Amino acid sequence: MNVDLISILGNFYVLTLIKLGLVAGVLLTALAYLQWIERKVIAHIQLRVGPTRVGPHGLLQPLADTIKLLTKEDLMPSHVNKFFYVLAPMVAVFFALSAIAVIPFGPKINVFGIETYMQLSDLNIGILFLLALSGMGVYGIALAGWSSNNKYSLIGGLRSSAQMISYELPMALAIASPLLLAGSLSLREIAESQAGFMLGFIPRWSIFQMPAPQLMAFVLFMIAGFAETNRIPFDLPEAENELVAGFHTEYSSMKFASFFMAEYANMVTICCLATLLFLGGWYPIVPSPVADYIPTLVHLAGGGMLIFHGLQPARKWDKYTMPVFGVAFLAVGLLFLVPFLQPILLPLFWFISKVGILLFLFIWVRATLPRFRYDQLMHFAWAFMFPVSVVHLFVTAFLVALLK
Amino acid sequence: MNQFYTPTDHFSLLPALLLALFGCAILMLDFFVLPHPRQKRWLIFFALLGEFFAGLALYRQYRFLEDQSIPALRAFSDGLIIDGFSIFFNAIFVAAAVLVAIISYRYLEVEGEHHGEFYGLILLAQCGMYFLASGTELVTIFIGIELMAVTFYILVGFLRSDRRSNEAAMKYLLLGAFSSGFLAYGFSLLYAITGSTRLPKIAAELAQRPATDPLLLLAIVTTLVGLLFKVGAAPFHMWAPDAYEGAPTPVTAYLSVASKAASVAVLVRLFLGTLAPHRINWEPMLAVAVVLSLTIGNFSALSQTNLKRLLAFSSISHAGYILLGLIAGNRTGLTGICIYLFVYTFMNTGAFLVLISLRQKGMTGDDIDDLNGLIHRSPGHALLMALFLLSLGGIPPTAGFIAKYYIFLSLVETGHYALAITAALFVAVSIYYYFRIVRAMFLNEAGQLLPALPGWGARVGFAVTALATLAIGLYPEPIIRFAGTSLLR
Amino acid sequence: MLDTIFFYVFALLTIGGAIATITRRSAMHSALSLIVSLLGVAGLYLLQKAEFLFAVQIVLYIGGIMVLFLFVIMLVNLDQAAKERQFNRQWLLGLVASVLVGAQMVWMLNSAGVLSLPAAVPAPAATGPGNIEALADLLFREYLLPFEVASLLLLVAIVGSVMMAKKTS
Repeated sequence: MNVDLISILGNFYVLTLIKLGLVAGVLLTALAYLQWIERKVIAHIQLRVGPTRVGPHGLLQPLADTIKLLTKEDLMPSHVNKFFYVLAPMVAVFFALSAIAVIPFGPKINVFGIETYMQLSDLNIGILFLLALSGMGVYGIALAGWSSNNKYSLIGGLRSSAQMISYELPMALAIASPLLLAGSLSLREIAESQAGFMLGFIPRWSIFQMPAPQLMAFVLFMIAGFAETNRIPFDLPEAENELVAGFHTEYSSMKFASFFMAEYANMVTICCLATLLFLGGWYPIVPSPVADYIPTLVHLAGGGMLIFHGLQPARKWDKYTMPVFGVAFLAVGLLFLVPFLQPILLPLFWFISKVGILLFLFIWVRATLPRFRYDQLMHFAWAFMFPVSVVHLFVTAFLVALLK
Repeated sequence: MNQFYTPTDHFSLLPALLLALFGCAILMLDFFVLPHPRQKRWLIFFALLGEFFAGLALYRQYRFLEDQSIPALRAFSDGLIIDGFSIFFNAIFVAAAVLVAIISYRYLEVEGEHHGEFYGLILLAQCGMYFLASGTELVTIFIGIELMAVTFYILVGFLRSDRRSNEAAMKYLLLGAFSSGFLAYGFSLLYAITGSTRLPKIAAELAQRPATDPLLLLAIVTTLVGLLFKVGAAPFHMWAPDAYEGAPTPVTAYLSVASKAASVAVLVRLFLGTLAPHRINWEPMLAVAVVLSLTIGNFSALSQTNLKRLLAFSSISHAGYILLGLIAGNRTGLTGICIYLFVYTFMNTGAFLVLISLRQKGMTGDDIDDLNGLIHRSPGHALLMALFLLSLGGIPPTAGFIAKYYIFLSLVETGHYALAITAALFVAVSIYYYFRIVRAMFLNEAGQLLPALPGWGARVGFAVTALATLAIGLYPEPIIRFAGTSLLR
Repeated sequence: MLDTIFFYVFALLTIGGAIATITRRSAMHSALSLIVSLLGVAGLYLLQKAEFLFAVQIVLYIGGIMVLFLFVIMLVNLDQAAKERQFNRQWLLGLVASVLVGAQMVWMLNSAGVLSLPAAVPAPAATGPGNIEALADLLFREYLLPFEVASLLLLVAIVGSVMMAKKTS
């Protein structure tokens, strides 16, 4: 590496462009695979096997889905309001994907002498920016419902806008309490305020942090998050047994896919936000020397299990695929031991695993819970979530003012 | 860091704080403690208690200024001022609110819209007025105006089953919001020019600007437009007749008296205080507004058959007279404004009170014809009405004369002869339509309306208003002295 | 340079959106134009380094109030109203009046000699990254009183709307 290249890479615009490419690539792939994971997990919960045909264990299914959606005919019904009909999915997906720009994945790192944050842009109002984006995201759905000129779509759009506004309040209030502990609106600073351990072993994550543990706020935030992303049990906007398919009834092809992408991107954003606000971001759950070996151990265990299953194949291809994945896992596990890569990979591991667990929760809930009725949904938001989150905010503010 | 809520702040805020407290408490009591319709009357006493405490706090402020012999007490880092002027105007608001509270009971009963919120809203509106009379900071003043205006939008539309009330509220709301936009524009321009929202600092900055500064002129125009609307002066008077006619009559009284006084307080503070060096800019505009108010108010009143509309137009013309004092702008003019508003509070509320006590189930009692032969049915009412109308016209033994006398005196003192003569001519016009009502009451054949049955509230209201109207007319010295202490400079 | 370009872009959005808001016949288009205009204002806040205002503008106005606007527009069929004759039949009078006022203002500006006025002093830029603390200081110290009175204003508005909306008993 010569000095010139480093100085070029160190240039703000070039660096941002590189990071942008990395983040966008990873995010979009992750979104596609989230779909695969969701189908697999739900299938296993319901004692099915899920997609298996395309590639080993259906691993190429997302690719097939993408090709299918791209090549389908893009129907434009004659009765729609053309401009807004086209605009709506763009709005939805644009604001959903933009959110990733302010989310930090790890601390400041040093690569080849270039110091940079593992984050695209550190806004000092990061959290408000995310709220703003989620507010804008409503328009995608509301406009889709309205411009489709179809009563089911309209009802779906109306439901979703009412629901998102209603749940945005308790969500904002639930977000406000950890902010009081952190004393900042920048997501990076919020995460950094949760570094360290109390009494040497309890992580100083917001949900444990004294003087005001935020466990309640975390639960409220997650519930509101389910509603904000229109996921079961709050997926009234697309309740298929009442509304055909809700706001995206009239959409097909890539436009339809855009809505799906927006939904999954919102899910990821919510999980990242929950991780950063409540679960200590990229900080490990146990103090340092132990924490540094946990990723390796986890990967080694995973790899070992895969190889073990490969040796006793249940299906025809397992004896080839399982060992390959097992070896890959072992290799990744060993990567965590390379001192040069450790400062990058360890925070990433903790961050991604926390986000992953929360995403699993989303999928788990979808496989388990039935849908709310609409009046129950609204009543729950205004008569339960809102007062509870207000009281919680007051209590937190009181404790913080008193004890901090 | 300096302390940001000092005892001085608290002391200067106390009346508003009490009003807000009692206002909110009434809303709560209405909902939780006294839910039954027949219990609502206790809320009146509660409102009066609130007024009593607010009055007490005002009196303490007055005593404090007297004892310390300081002209003014500034609080909230120049955001609020307690001086004779603010205390005088707040006294007017207390008087108006008390009168309105005691006379509304029967009216709302008759209309079948007796809700406890009414009394809470009256107190909260008065709380907004407090910040108009005492505020010396643009944001405080603006929010005070909005607090007052929003409350009045609701009060005007209080008769929900009455279409006219709804229409009045709608018109008032739309035009009021529009005028608030003007006012906000003017205030933001003032802030843009001077970089401060506090009036003393603005005054200091403006004194250094040339009078021809177009930005300043724009600020003055928009501020004036916004405030003239709130005062109800022409050419921004369009809302007044409809709002006055449709609103519940006690609210009309409150609107015509207290809201007007509060807006005049802001006008005086802004234009005689902060913008005084730029008189050359605003005096012609104000003069045009005054002449228009007098013309439109008086001439339109001539042809009205609905009493509330007639009184609405008459109140537009009264706004013109009051603004004349602003044009004169000297000590006498200021005294004139204070006395005029004080007197107007009683005589105008009194006139509306007569209308209220004539109100019966199924009968509006709002037309001039409804007053036909009132002298035969309830002579007391007829005599009282005559007294109030004489006073509104400015006939000598009544208080209205003293008020008009001071306004005219100030005009002559400052050499505004043309305006003085115009205004005097319009007094003659106004006497004509006031006497139309008097003639209907005394000379016309009796109509079919039953004699009025005043309740205790109306009795007290009549006693207070009539006494004040007569007493000030016959022995004006105390009130002149009281108003004299309220001068700004 | 970049700031200037952005300023003009946002200014254009603001003014264009505002004009479209009042000229579009369809209520839906008007509401969406208003959103564009509000977005432009938010962008202008951002240029002034008032990030908090920017976010609040979007969260409250666009994410909250305007969604409710759209909500009402979607529920109420306004197509009929859009086709009906408008109330304002006095556009000629309005045109003449506004031309007169405009001419008057031009004349006034000209005679006042705008060019000879003291040069405008640019407002001091926000200090340091983030002005949230400064904003909080202003709100809760300098402007504590109006801030608290505003809460009364909101209370009155809520009471009023509930009262107007509730069913007659």
